[in-house]
Amino acid sequence: MKAVAKDFLLYDEETGLYREDPEQAVRDDVEKHYWLHVGRTIAKDWRLYLMLVPMLLVFLFWRYFPMYELLGCFKVPDNTIPVSQQMFTGFSYFRRLLVGGDSLSSSFWMAMRNTFLLSFYGLCFGFPMPILLALFFNEVRSNVARSALQVMTYLPKFMSTVVMTSLVMMLVKQGSSISQMGIVSQLLVKMGLISQEVGNAGLLNNPGFFRAIYQISGIWEGAGYDSIVFFAAIIAISPTSYEAAQIDGANKWAQMRYVVLPSMLSTIVIMLITRIGSLLNIGYEKVLLLYNTNTYVTADVISTLAYRTGLAGGAGTGVASAAEMMNNVVGMLLVIGANTIARKASNTSLY
Amino acid sequence: MKRKLEVSELIFKIISYVLLTVFALLCLYPFVYAISASVSGRHVVEYNEVVLFPKAVQFDAFASMFRNNMFWNSYSNTLFVTLYGTLWAMGVSILGAYALSKKRLLFRKTFNFFLVFTMWFSAGIVPQYLNYLATQNVFRAVGIMDDKWLVVIAMGMAAMNIILLRNAFEGVPSEIEEAAIVDGASEFQVLSKVFIPMSKSTIATVALFFAISRWNGYFWARRMISNQYEHPLQVFIRLQPEMYTDPDQMTGWSANYASDSAIYALIVCSIIPILIIYPFIQKYFAKGTNAGGVKE
Repeated sequence: MKAVAKDFLLYDEETGLYREDPEQAVRDDVEKHYWLHVGRTIAKDWRLYLMLVPMLLVFLFWRYFPMYELLGCFKVPDNTIPVSQQMFTGFSYFRRLLVGGDSLSSSFWMAMRNTFLLSFYGLCFGFPMPILLALFFNEVRSNVARSALQVMTYLPKFMSTVVMTSLVMMLVKQGSSISQMGIVSQLLVKMGLISQEVGNAGLLNNPGFFRAIYQISGIWEGAGYDSIVFFAAIIAISPTSYEAAQIDGANKWAQMRYVVLPSMLSTIVIMLITRIGSLLNIGYEKVLLLYNTNTYVTADVISTLAYRTGLAGGAGTGVASAAEMMNNVVGMLLVIGANTIARKASNTSLY
Repeated sequence: MKRKLEVSELIFKIISYVLLTVFALLCLYPFVYAISASVSGRHVVEYNEVVLFPKAVQFDAFASMFRNNMFWNSYSNTLFVTLYGTLWAMGVSILGAYALSKKRLLFRKTFNFFLVFTMWFSAGIVPQYLNYLATQNVFRAVGIMDDKWLVVIAMGMAAMNIILLRNAFEGVPSEIEEAAIVDGASEFQVLSKVFIPMSKSTIATVALFFAISRWNGYFWARRMISNQYEHPLQVFIRLQPEMYTDPDQMTGWSANYASDSAIYALIVCSIIPILIIYPFIQKYFAKGTNAGGVKE
């Protein structure tokens, strides 16, 4: 009889024959009754799986059910029946937003532009600030002084968006005379940076100032806290690197250029890529709290537009969902792309 | 041997000190200004004479706020939501993270993906609100409709925090776990007697992340709760009518403090608890941020 070489046969060197693998029976069994074995494993270890259940339910309920509702962007909205039974309209809402030619379509493109620009300016002005702060913190040799400065700069991060925006509103509020407008507007008028009429009307009512206010308050809020991760990268540099550079005659700038920056580079690259990845995830809460009808031109972003369209008496939830869908899909592609680049560039994946 | 500073180093050091100090003071200024304006007299606030220090000091703005029952009500709602919201989120997160940290968990990759996907793709405000409308009947049946319990259980979960916890649990040496199992510890005992004590600092950090986000939570509390007796402090602050009214046109304001002072007093009260515990907790935040080297 000729032995047939099969996967489940083992070659026996002594006899020169093939024989059956004794463990193969078990493997076959597992393969045949896969779910039975899964069930047995779970039953034996049920406590561990029970621990997972609350988390899975919470995420299902608050994260995945909304994704199902998002499918309403292809359907005619009707609150009385579930999304699956609503009438299918295909891509009509998307068409209306993208090439509708009406005011909704133009607000959509405006919001798209604003979303991108707010993020982009954040990248240009908000991103370098924490790096600079970290470099400066590194120069403060006294631990007490440095801790004090760090505590002061981290503080705004812990304030709620409501408190922060309320303070901003008060600082630049309108007033019929120079002595009655917010203290920051007052200062700007006195320095001649803005005219008195602009100050009187209130900076937050002027679309020309929204982006600046958004970025400056963003730096105020986050720069100190965001510097933590860069500072950690700097203090990880071994002192011997500095000493070697000094012996080679490097002055401060050369040390910065050849010691500090190269050591921070991977952190900077990762943070930059993360930032690009979340380019479309503008925090809607801050915009919602800061903007008003006068500043929609520069302040309205996709999520606030969707909010007004869908929930605050606009064109309906279908169009709003379509706007969010586009924002989310592009946003997700950016995140995944950024993460892939980060993994390739530095072998560190963010997720 | 102490090396003499070179000129370039000295210049950079001076620049660093100056700019850092300026930036730190600018960071603090709005808060200092809010405190000063909240305790200054009516005339000086209305004519913006307060710049740094309070003038014509009065405490009536605070006093009248403390007499306002709605203020205390919203304050206690916020404390309630922060306390129970953090406990709820921590309970769910710790259990889930513990299970996910176990190599023997079947479909571990799938569960991880289930979690991480929510960081890539979130449905957005409108679908989330539609989902809330569609599932309202569940809350009505449980009896937490229009109630602060709804804010406690809704929306507060963050995949990132669970991943931080999972990474901490993965760092616990398996020998210790095995020793506990040999000694007859059950799964829950292993978690509560071994894993939780050994990852205390990460747990503290994550709990603080949750607590801060609960304390500061605004949007969903405002959207989901119409009963003003259930509103948390952030919604109460935002809904103060003075926020949107031009004080010039406000008639019938007869107090000896400006209407702005009332808002500043409210803001100051909402940040005081954070200011008090902040020095103790900020090191955990620094740690938590640096623990962000997340992998799958």
